[in-house]
Amino acid sequence: MKTKYKGLKRLYIALIFIFMYAPIALLIVQSFNSSKSRGHWGGFTLDWYRSLFTDASIGEAFTNTILLALLSSVISVILGTAAVIYMSKLKKSPRTILMGVTNVPMLNADIVTGVSFMLLFLTLRIQFGFVTILLAHITFNIPYVILNVMPRYRELNPHIYEAALDLGASPVYAFFKTVLPEIMPAILSGGLMAFTMSIDDFIITHFTAGAGVHTLSTKIYSEVKLGIKPEMYALSAMIFVTVLLLLILVNRVPAKADAHGKEAV
Amino acid sequence: MSKTRRLSSAFLGLPYIFWAAAFIVIPLIMVVWYGLTDENGAFTFANVAAIADPAHSKALLMALLLSFLATVVCFLLAYPLCMFLVELQKGSDSFLTMLLIVPMWMNFLLRTYAWQSILEKTGIINTALTALGFAPLRMINTNGAIILGMVYNFLPFMVLPIYNALEKIDKNVINAARDLGADGRITFLRVIFPLSLPGVISGVTMVFIPALTTFVVSSLLGGGKILLIGNVIEQEFMVAYDWNLGSGLSLVLLIFIIINVVISAVTEKGEEAKA
Repeated sequence: MKTKYKGLKRLYIALIFIFMYAPIALLIVQSFNSSKSRGHWGGFTLDWYRSLFTDASIGEAFTNTILLALLSSVISVILGTAAVIYMSKLKKSPRTILMGVTNVPMLNADIVTGVSFMLLFLTLRIQFGFVTILLAHITFNIPYVILNVMPRYRELNPHIYEAALDLGASPVYAFFKTVLPEIMPAILSGGLMAFTMSIDDFIITHFTAGAGVHTLSTKIYSEVKLGIKPEMYALSAMIFVTVLLLLILVNRVPAKADAHGKEAV
Repeated sequence: MSKTRRLSSAFLGLPYIFWAAAFIVIPLIMVVWYGLTDENGAFTFANVAAIADPAHSKALLMALLLSFLATVVCFLLAYPLCMFLVELQKGSDSFLTMLLIVPMWMNFLLRTYAWQSILEKTGIINTALTALGFAPLRMINTNGAIILGMVYNFLPFMVLPIYNALEKIDKNVINAARDLGADGRITFLRVIFPLSLPGVISGVTMVFIPALTTFVVSSLLGGGKILLIGNVIEQEFMVAYDWNLGSGLSLVLLIFIIINVVISAVTEKGEEAKA
């Protein structure tokens, strides 16, 4: 089939990308703007990048954000993968119920999930802070892990695992040698998705953070009315460019790894 | 053998079952419980009925209207985009599609905040307009700005499922339709679009719910003048500390969420049955 109007279609795609990236470009430009007022260009400066590293409150929010994302994605990967193995052995109706419950955090609105956590912690008189945010993040991350790992796990050939058992491997050893390598790509993509969701979350964190603890998101929200510190632009620009470079890098690597794998076979 | 295996898998499943009960099911029950009681714990329907209060019902209707429009715009932008993406990057990797997700790595509050600088009275667009001799437009703090913010934030949620559905369509099916004499329009209406419908439905769900319930987009781009139902609920919890009323209004939202989920589940089942 011939592609008609190729130029116009390219133009359309380009316009959408401009729409998606214009605010980001603006934020990056802003991070080099020596004027604190955002509508006014006061000349190029690296001051915000310098003062960023001495700003304790941004540093703390950054540490919290990364720590939450790391812990919540690792814990949700472990819980979620175990749940997949368990669920695939269940009969149809209990499995449907458990999958239904699993889908709730994804289908529910973030604000309802957020207030539901708030009510739970209030009722149990749990001190709001890092732990309450972490519990919430793990909860909304688990579905991403399960939904990534489940299809991959169900595609596995069970005979390989059984063969390993027949050959004398312990169940744990057989799992790590035959099952885990096969589902690893799904675990990694689920974990990465969870990490991303945790980093980007504001709404649920807003309702579970309490007064003392800030993540980057809640800190930005609290600064919106008075004007966001330019250091925040600098930090975000750095995070964004790092991720972009990493993604481009990762995008090149699998192609090579695949070719390598085929050669080995 | 099979008994020990079942035991070990129960051991794997218990932590998650406990987790799901403690952090998914019980919190939702708490919302229902708070929503249906007053501050003394006595049963009441007043918190849910409070949606009829003019200020609340106006916020709900506004949220429904703006999120509906945002969903329609997202669909109209995303569908052609996905068709072109599938067409133009066939065979190659889906690098362009990935680039649509990358913006999510810039904090979404900051990205939405950046639209303030673009749209505001002395913002980029108006500066350009006045430099060209046009009258400045009033864009920030309008319904249009909120819809734009919703479209901007949630467009990837519409693009990804539609893209996946379109990419999965077997090219032979399309060729068969053409061989049997269908022209481009008929092929699209009778073959391509119906096959992509599950993707469209999941995209619509994934855009409509966050748009309907947002309080961030409306407070950043609506200037606090335009209150959506999400803003009302947020204020009840974080400012007024009226958890009962906040929960009651959340229950109303929950009804819309459930309707949405049921509609998408039913249509998905219908599609499966047809297949």
